[in-house]
Amino acid sequence: MTMSVVSTVATPSRRNFIISTAAAGGGLALGFHLPSSVTPALADESGAEVNAWVVVKPDDICVIRIARAEMGQGTLTGLAQLVAEELECDWNKVAVDPITPGRNLARKRVWGDMGTGGSRGIRASQDYVRRGGAVARMMLLQAAANEWSVPVGELTVLDGVISHAASNRSTSYGKVAAAAAKLPPPDSKAISLKDPKNWKIAGKPMKRLDTAPKLNGSKVYAIDVTLPGMVCAAIKDCPVFGGKVASYDESKIAHLPGFRRVVKIKDNAVAVVADTWWHAKTALEALPIVWNEGDGAAQSSATIAERLKEGLSATSDNGSWQVGDAPKAIADAAKKVEAVYSTPFLSHATMEPMNCTAMVSSDKAEVWVATQNAEAALAALSEVSGLPLDKCEVHRPDLGGGFGRRGGSQDYVHQAVAIAKEFPGTPVKLIWSREEDQAHDFYRPISQFSGTAGLDADGNLIGLHLRVCGQSINAFSNQAGVVGGKDMRQLQGLWQEPGDAQFGYTVPNLLIDYVMRNTHVPVGPWRGVNTNQNGVYLECFMDEVAQAAGKDPLEFRRTLMANHPKHLTVLNAVAEKAEWGNPLPPGVHRGIAQFMGYGSYSAAVAEVSVGDQGKLKVHRMVLALNCGHAVNPGQIAAQVEGSVAYGLTAALYGECTVEQGRMTKLNFDTYQIMRLAEMPKVETVIVPSYDFWGGVGEPTICVVTPAVLNAIQAATGKPVRTLPLKNVRLI
Amino acid sequence: MAKLNINGQTFDVQTEDHTPLLWVIREQIGLTGTKYGCGIAQCGACSVHINGEVMRSCSIRLGDVKESDKIVTIEGLSPTSSHLVQVAWAAVDVPQCGYCQSGQIMAAAALLAKNPKPTDADIDAAMTNICRCGTYQRIRTAVHMAAGDKVYGGPR
Repeated sequence: MTMSVVSTVATPSRRNFIISTAAAGGGLALGFHLPSSVTPALADESGAEVNAWVVVKPDDICVIRIARAEMGQGTLTGLAQLVAEELECDWNKVAVDPITPGRNLARKRVWGDMGTGGSRGIRASQDYVRRGGAVARMMLLQAAANEWSVPVGELTVLDGVISHAASNRSTSYGKVAAAAAKLPPPDSKAISLKDPKNWKIAGKPMKRLDTAPKLNGSKVYAIDVTLPGMVCAAIKDCPVFGGKVASYDESKIAHLPGFRRVVKIKDNAVAVVADTWWHAKTALEALPIVWNEGDGAAQSSATIAERLKEGLSATSDNGSWQVGDAPKAIADAAKKVEAVYSTPFLSHATMEPMNCTAMVSSDKAEVWVATQNAEAALAALSEVSGLPLDKCEVHRPDLGGGFGRRGGSQDYVHQAVAIAKEFPGTPVKLIWSREEDQAHDFYRPISQFSGTAGLDADGNLIGLHLRVCGQSINAFSNQAGVVGGKDMRQLQGLWQEPGDAQFGYTVPNLLIDYVMRNTHVPVGPWRGVNTNQNGVYLECFMDEVAQAAGKDPLEFRRTLMANHPKHLTVLNAVAEKAEWGNPLPPGVHRGIAQFMGYGSYSAAVAEVSVGDQGKLKVHRMVLALNCGHAVNPGQIAAQVEGSVAYGLTAALYGECTVEQGRMTKLNFDTYQIMRLAEMPKVETVIVPSYDFWGGVGEPTICVVTPAVLNAIQAATGKPVRTLPLKNVRLI
Repeated sequence: MAKLNINGQTFDVQTEDHTPLLWVIREQIGLTGTKYGCGIAQCGACSVHINGEVMRSCSIRLGDVKESDKIVTIEGLSPTSSHLVQVAWAAVDVPQCGYCQSGQIMAAAALLAKNPKPTDADIDAAMTNICRCGTYQRIRTAVHMAAGDKVYGGPR
């Protein structure tokens, strides 16, 4: 693979950065080299824009515009594959141009939604980006047909080379692009897109387009942005959520090296600005700050847990669905199974801490920021700077991790712009310390669960009541999502409706309900959002019920899934690959789980052993996924592997504890992250059915932990009902 | 004023002795491939080589670095990005977000320099950097590939 990259984000006069690849793909064999040569591919300065999605340069490089954010999940490459597939261009001559929200706004959002979350990057834009590629192809072919005065139907195209067999002529996209750009576009809605069976670029495990600069330090993340005359800021928000700044004494740090000034942000945070970030951080730590901590200071993990526990037996709920009469069926059952589970708050802990560089002058405002929602960042910039949207621009380097943290709120953009307003015309780079990042996240919501099941004399499940009690993301940040006090979002994956996150079992008497118990802790989406907790609750409880029924966990599930064939197919796929039922080495035990989220179906089998001292080892995990269409199987496997690490980290170590109203685990010494040594062997089975489009980045996390916990139960005979595992004695 | 030897070049640095080497490299020298992740030597995103040893630069003070110490950052690992570790990383498509990968690559390069044929246990012990995207499986594969191991089946 050869690839060259130019990053111009550090230069404010150039608005975008372009990745050009000369020969992507490559093989697994060693022997190729990564060139050090760098070839700028500036789409807006040369080449013809055939349509909004495709610019063709005279040297046949096809520049594909990308609106969604790249945070490691591979969407940039996948979207380029989809456009290139319909465009029929040479994949080895594809470059990408991540558009900015300012450009999108100026062209009436021709590139659509830029928000990247909910595993929607590909599935929510696949139709219009493919049509964009197809329209460009048709215009390029028409231009050639016009030039040769032949019917367009007589032309063929392969890898960007257009041929007319009858006259033995050929030309290339680069040669006809200028003429094509002047043609009226065909009606994109009338175009028939390719059958995936005929895909040549999409559907293949193409190498990522964005790897080379990640290997030699040349990739510029937002935290690396350096601008002429730039100053740096460190920030401290009141450690207690909801608390305020009472006072601070700037005179105590005025003598420190590089110090510029202190800026108070709203009524709750203090930033120190200095010539370097290290100077700013050092001065901030020396700044005496008095906080008015407020009512939140009385809260702790213990008080929050009590509040949730009370909700498990509340008589009213905040959203439910039911079939039959579960309470009666359970009361009348031959055997009753009951269990209570809990999961903690979790932080995202992206490797690149929150940061944003802002520059505000009287007639222009700009930020350089890692964001999952560049248009929300643009809105935040406009709001805080006071300048209209068309005077604002967001430069968006790829993210050093997102996982939901860098979505809607854009809190760090608000902060950076507020600071930059105090330094007109001077760029200000705000970086959060890891401690600040851990202290002021929008955490995965805390919750508890009670499961109650009734079995008949033959061990058949005749009644099931699942109750989730905990904090609501909608109540915190999206009040419109709570309708009449009801909020079904917290039951994600346990929904009755098909299509996105459907409950996969049929039970004659079923009650699923949610009880809202909010806290003073900010919450938000965390890779997989509520499927994570609900996957643990449902799938671990199902194993407890299967055990009480004296049935194999896989067979027990199968008997309940006849009405959910897509769920069942994926469960069967994972069981087959993992050789469920075949003997394992001594001491190794299996667990299984299935769940649905983000329009996709997931299942997992874990193989674990529990040592004499209770030491857990996860040896192997097999995951199966039906995401409908598999655009890049290599990147899907990468996402599945990554989801195992993200899920296992949460299972093994993840917890944000609250004492005196504030987070206490403020860095990786106490908020532990799984390392390579603990990574099991992961095998991915992709079973796309090609009759829908599902997500990839999030769906599989939610089956990782329940499969492991169920394997532990198989090993020890005891269920694990609370996380993280580091707090649990397994034997 | 301190003198630092970084990637074969000598730099004059004027800042306080207590400044972490990471922030000297990033803010004084202007090499931003070395990343800030935690500041307490936990995550390894700031890994550099000092006299051939992989070190976490966030926890080394400028005052503790000698002029004779040879510091290599990710930018100096190979002038053509053709170090075997970089080549293997590309072949296996290791990076996702990529933020931790400078440190991962520096750790792997240091491991292989001392131990050209590491076992899985050696890799477990040496590769302790944090990756939140979860590229660990591909890192293991790529280290084996860089070591010239023909077949890699993973731990079992």
